[in-house]
Amino acid sequence: MRVKLTVQKFNPDIDLKPHPQDYFVETSRGMTLLSALLKIKAETDGTLTFRASCRAAICGSCLMQVNGSQKLACKVAIKEELEHHGKIEVGPMANMPVIKDMVVRMDPFWEKIRAVTPYLLEDGGKPVPTEALKDIHKKLDNADACIMCMACLSACTSYEVSPGFLGPAALAKAYRFQADPRDQGHVDRLEKLQGPNGIWDCVRCNFCVQVCPKDVQPMEQIIRLRRRSIGAGFTDSVEAKHITEFTKVVAAEGRLNEALLPVLMTLGNIRKMIRIIPLGIKMFLHGKTPFPFKRVPGRQEIRAIFKKWEKPK
Amino acid sequence: MKYALFPGCASKGATPELYTSTMKVVGRLGIDIVELEAFNCCGAGVITEADPDLALTLNARTLATAERMGIQNVMTICGTCQGVLGGANKILQEDEPRRERINRALKETTGLEYQGTVEVKHLQWILIKDFGLDALAKFVTHPLSDVSIAAFYGCYILRPSRATGFDDWENPTSLEKLIRTVGAHPVYYDGRTKCCGFPVLLEKDQIALSMVGKNVSEAKESGGDAMVTPCPLCHMSLDIYQERAEDKLQREQGPEKTLGMPILHLPQLLGLAMGFSPKELGMKRHLVSTAPLIEKIQ
Repeated sequence: MRVKLTVQKFNPDIDLKPHPQDYFVETSRGMTLLSALLKIKAETDGTLTFRASCRAAICGSCLMQVNGSQKLACKVAIKEELEHHGKIEVGPMANMPVIKDMVVRMDPFWEKIRAVTPYLLEDGGKPVPTEALKDIHKKLDNADACIMCMACLSACTSYEVSPGFLGPAALAKAYRFQADPRDQGHVDRLEKLQGPNGIWDCVRCNFCVQVCPKDVQPMEQIIRLRRRSIGAGFTDSVEAKHITEFTKVVAAEGRLNEALLPVLMTLGNIRKMIRIIPLGIKMFLHGKTPFPFKRVPGRQEIRAIFKKWEKPK
Repeated sequence: MKYALFPGCASKGATPELYTSTMKVVGRLGIDIVELEAFNCCGAGVITEADPDLALTLNARTLATAERMGIQNVMTICGTCQGVLGGANKILQEDEPRRERINRALKETTGLEYQGTVEVKHLQWILIKDFGLDALAKFVTHPLSDVSIAAFYGCYILRPSRATGFDDWENPTSLEKLIRTVGAHPVYYDGRTKCCGFPVLLEKDQIALSMVGKNVSEAKESGGDAMVTPCPLCHMSLDIYQERAEDKLQREQGPEKTLGMPILHLPQLLGLAMGFSPKELGMKRHLVSTAPLIEKIQ
């Protein structure tokens, strides 16, 4: 089958901006996008530039944008992709500075990985009993399967607008070590992730979960870090209060009282509170804060459920 | 087919116009619904951050209640409720040991047990799959042929696809199908499947406002007269915070960057095409004026 590939080309030495170029490839059965690109490079255009190595979704080198999504070229079957989208458009992964064609700079990514101390901190003197490591794989829940392909970071909607954000891969990595019973930095690790660019910058858009080729579920690991943070006593921030106060309001009322939650979250934070007051007034004037708050029937049942799962203090 | 309507906190709270417009449209279409009045919050992805078992039990209560009423379909009208309640349903249906664990807690606290027989569907999906676009088209008395509408899906109705699975998460089409059915023209833009910023509006407002500004200006540049969303949380973010997002955009990119984009709930878009008045659909309750859109329609 002869297939058209539209590839975004960019050579900073001669191009003012990226431009699409069409290539036609005679594909064989089960051919992957990476094989097609290698064929083009060998037979048609030796200048076509991309990273690749293992061809088996292990090394994480060949991540690129394929029909608008972040994918490993070696994991994309040409036939299926064509059937799904009716076209094959290839470009460099999103939200990364492009060096040439599909090759992007990776240093912003490595800086984020380095920032989370991506190795075990242990004092060497006290070996951890084997018993403690028994369920470690269950606990890490695939967080250690990351191949650093950058799919999650380039698909991250928070990183897109806030490049300082540590991002899904680095935070999943942080969880991987924070949750390891051999690691000595449990609380320190959590403390470092509380500030700007840390775990609270995730908007829970699920893009990272969707695009990860290794099912690391970075967002789920970020949520675990948040849960552990609250458990470790980092409860004063507006972010932590969003969770604790939300839960309290629903426990009391059965459903969310949207007018009350912002007040509870910003108690003790004058600057934030002042910012929400004018909006609160506008919402009230537009009938967006139904008053009085109508409670739902059956609150006893709901309270009983909350009580059932209450953690001993 | 009978549906148990799960109204969700937002339609009973900060976006009452979603509830009224839903009732108008669903009533006109003759869809058989019974409202779950003693509903509880789905947790919106927040309660699960505190305790996943707690969130799952709350959603099991909703599903078991519908089951006890003998109803097999729960209708959601909020993208977030769909993602969270639908996602919980998926876990409870597929993970038997977990369902048993949750059922023990549910039975002890409410006397209910969930057998796993219920399906959770957003109105958006029901209209396409159960009701049918051809049937819907018969109710379009005022086709919106002069307007272009930009779909904004929101995260939870699309991702993770293993929990949602109705639309193609990479290239969803259901909102555009509905836009065409009411006679309007869908416009496409990069942000239509991205995040509205709502989950961090209060704590990380600069991130959220950047998202609102980016999505709305893209929708505007692609020629949209209005945006439509199946999620009231997206509506709140894009409507209530649009003025602030515009201020931020102007500080960063210059005063010529203006937004002023009306944001419609899905049933409002349908309602306009069925001849309901903007007032009946609660459009006075929006913070961004819908007047330019209404003018274009009339």
